[in-house]
Amino acid sequence: MRVTLACLALLLLAAPPAVAGSRPQAKAQVEFGIAVAQRGLWREAIFRWEKAVELDPTYAAAYNNLAIGYEHEGLFDKAREAYEKALELEPKNTFIKQNFELFKEINDRATRPPGR
Amino acid sequence: MTARPARLAASLAWLLAVGALAGCTNFFEIAIETPIRPKLDITPFQRVLVAGFVGGGSDDVDANMETVRVLRSQLRSNSGMRVIEADVLPLAEIVARQLKQGAPDDPPNDVAPQEGQLPERIRDEKDLDAYDQVFANVAYWKQLGEEFQNPLIVTGTVLFVPHSRSGFVQREEEVYDAFGRRAVRPVRTYRERKGFILRPKFIFIDGRTGTQVYSETFREEILYDAQQNTPALSSYFELMDRVVPGFLGALASQKIRGSRILLK
Repeated sequence: MRVTLACLALLLLAAPPAVAGSRPQAKAQVEFGIAVAQRGLWREAIFRWEKAVELDPTYAAAYNNLAIGYEHEGLFDKAREAYEKALELEPKNTFIKQNFELFKEINDRATRPPGR
Repeated sequence: MTARPARLAASLAWLLAVGALAGCTNFFEIAIETPIRPKLDITPFQRVLVAGFVGGGSDDVDANMETVRVLRSQLRSNSGMRVIEADVLPLAEIVARQLKQGAPDDPPNDVAPQEGQLPERIRDEKDLDAYDQVFANVAYWKQLGEEFQNPLIVTGTVLFVPHSRSGFVQREEEVYDAFGRRAVRPVRTYRERKGFILRPKFIFIDGRTGTQVYSETFREEILYDAQQNTPALSSYFELMDRVVPGFLGALASQKIRGSRILLK
């Protein structure tokens, strides 16, 4: 599995310079991000998903994944921003909506004002 | 997990099942651990003193003593702070004594009760209100802080009261038809139940200044069938188990486990 990941990384590095709106390249970054996130390498995953949204700012899935990555790192403001962007791009996507709802539950708990 | 996240998680599972049936592979469920920062900045404190509580309610449980014991034990294993082992303060007696002596440093307070206005026994929340002034007595807490080298002080009120409720409740009943087929149907029955309510208010005081930095109130209740004889102390611990994560959330960072859907 490590070899597969290494090959995928090499492919990404060897790829031609990024062009905005390039969905196939963005998709490759997203897929690599998923593969590393599944192995617990969240920072690397975030880096890949950030690249993906740079390459294709209309890619809702990349924003969704980025939001999850930020959430995992405790970066709640960034996560909210990314979820909102994902929903702006695909307002009917049920997966994104569900993820965002779960995020909001936790975020509310984390930011509840003192002295309840 | 509260009811709402549970419902959300259930619908997420349902969506996953539907997606899987449709042969869709553009999503991946992933477990995440979301870190929650403590509500209180405890960096100035290396030590914590769980001083004591104004406790009341059931005669079967010493709410002050038991709460101090539970919180000290939890802080020892779940926080990086050193827990000070000191005698538990009988706060209710201290308030009565302060009223008798008339603490000269106290600011004038029209709503503070006078000696004799304190309830003989603490039975409900109103009785506890009379003791609130002790938590605003900055001079008292500052002095206590100096005595223990300026720790974070945890104090407050704890009410543990018996509680009963009767009414119709819905339960599920197994029935078998003439062919021996099993079915479950909802049945409404009248039930008398009794149990306890635990209502702690945790107050965090800066031992260097004697001022309150944070407070949080919880309320948990438990009910059993009226015939069931559950000891008060075991109910108390059951309810404290529910409250403790919230208490620790004020002092130590926590991780909330959940799952999300990654998309391709």
